[in-house]
Amino acid sequence: MPENRDGHRISVTVNGTVREEMVDDRLTLADFLRERLRLTGTHLGCEHGVCGACTVLVDGDAVRSCLMLAVQSDGARIETVESLAEDGRLNTLQEAFKRNHALQCGFCTSGFLMSVTAALREGPIGDEQRAREVLSGNICRCTGYTGLVKAVLEADAERKDTAR
Amino acid sequence: MKPGRFAYHAPRELDEALALLKEHGDEAKVLAGGQSLMPMLNFRLAQIEHLIDINRLGGGLDAPRLDAGRIVIPALVRQRQVERSAEMARALPLLTSALKDVAHPQIRNRGTICGSLAHADPAAELPSVMTALDATFTIASADGVRTLGAADFFLFHLTTALEPEEILLEVAVDRLPDGTYSAFQEFATRHGDFALAAVAVTCGLDDAGAVTGCRVVAAGVAPTPQRLTAVEELATGRRLDEALLGEVAAAARDEVDPTSDIHASAMYRKRLTGVLVKRALADVGTQQEAAHA
Repeated sequence: MPENRDGHRISVTVNGTVREEMVDDRLTLADFLRERLRLTGTHLGCEHGVCGACTVLVDGDAVRSCLMLAVQSDGARIETVESLAEDGRLNTLQEAFKRNHALQCGFCTSGFLMSVTAALREGPIGDEQRAREVLSGNICRCTGYTGLVKAVLEADAERKDTAR
Repeated sequence: MKPGRFAYHAPRELDEALALLKEHGDEAKVLAGGQSLMPMLNFRLAQIEHLIDINRLGGGLDAPRLDAGRIVIPALVRQRQVERSAEMARALPLLTSALKDVAHPQIRNRGTICGSLAHADPAAELPSVMTALDATFTIASADGVRTLGAADFFLFHLTTALEPEEILLEVAVDRLPDGTYSAFQEFATRHGDFALAAVAVTCGLDDAGAVTGCRVVAAGVAPTPQRLTAVEELATGRRLDEALLGEVAAAARDEVDPTSDIHASAMYRKRLTGVLVKRALADVGTQQEAAHA
């Protein structure tokens, strides 16, 4: 098989830290984050882009880390769920998730948090319809989404308060 | 669920990518956004020897070109990039409207317009949009460049006219003339899923509200985007009123021959296609009224 035995050297900024690593051709970004960098907050559910559990931010955009190769992230800026807490404290969005019971088993939570983080940065979310759209790219099998919608709207409102 | 072994290539120049494709052809795949190819690799539904990642190619492949008469979308333009562009929304509202139904933002952030076209899923939105817009597909290989229309590009389920050593370099459409409107309608069980059926329409209307010409294309009901020529002929020359909308719905229902699957029966899809054609043409009429108000 023609796999490159030496792998590829990549330089990628993960949660603000530059990481220089050798990666194999077929290593996904998700496995790179979890197994190489031990950032196991990023979860792998379906591994074909449907469930959203592995969502991370690449250069600010929410993407499925199971559908990107680690080698493709060379030169990119990655943010994972581990970047959200500030000084060991949950951030506003995480607090809103906690308050509103937006999680039960927690498996999908990191993906939801990253998707919503990207959406909140883009601008106001506003109403329930939009909140549901923001959440639609991630699957949760526990909560029934009511708590998730409330958490998103609450975080949205708090974001506006601090922006004022 | 991990990809099988392959050699990863990330050429910087198009010539280099085309040379790799010429050398490895059948054993290679082109990686653009990866939102369809990577799942197939992860599941090992596709096993390849060489992966040719075109994301590092220069040459402006990541920027749409909007000329006075023509809009060109090269291979590395992301779906989300088009969706966010006010200029593209003015130039090609049909595409912007359809993109809202293409999966989810996380997919559209990576997925490319050309990648979705080259993948040619029968239930995907963009092939029907490009068929309605009578797009030109520019295909490159180490041996040269050729162009095809949509009818010759989409051949079957997940099958296009692209040869193993070729790449879809860009897709181009003419701006719609004044007085020509467009609309996209889709129904999916959940927003973001593939369409149970979808309809893309371009339609010219004269000042009296009569149809001067139209293209009506359905997705999800045939192996490739299906032009509903009987509907087009029925509507042309007629005033776009309630009576006509009823007739086109019936004609659309009769013209498609979808299959049943776990998601919907064939009869359901037929009826749905009729409803969507009616809604799309009604939308076109509303747009003209708004333009003249």
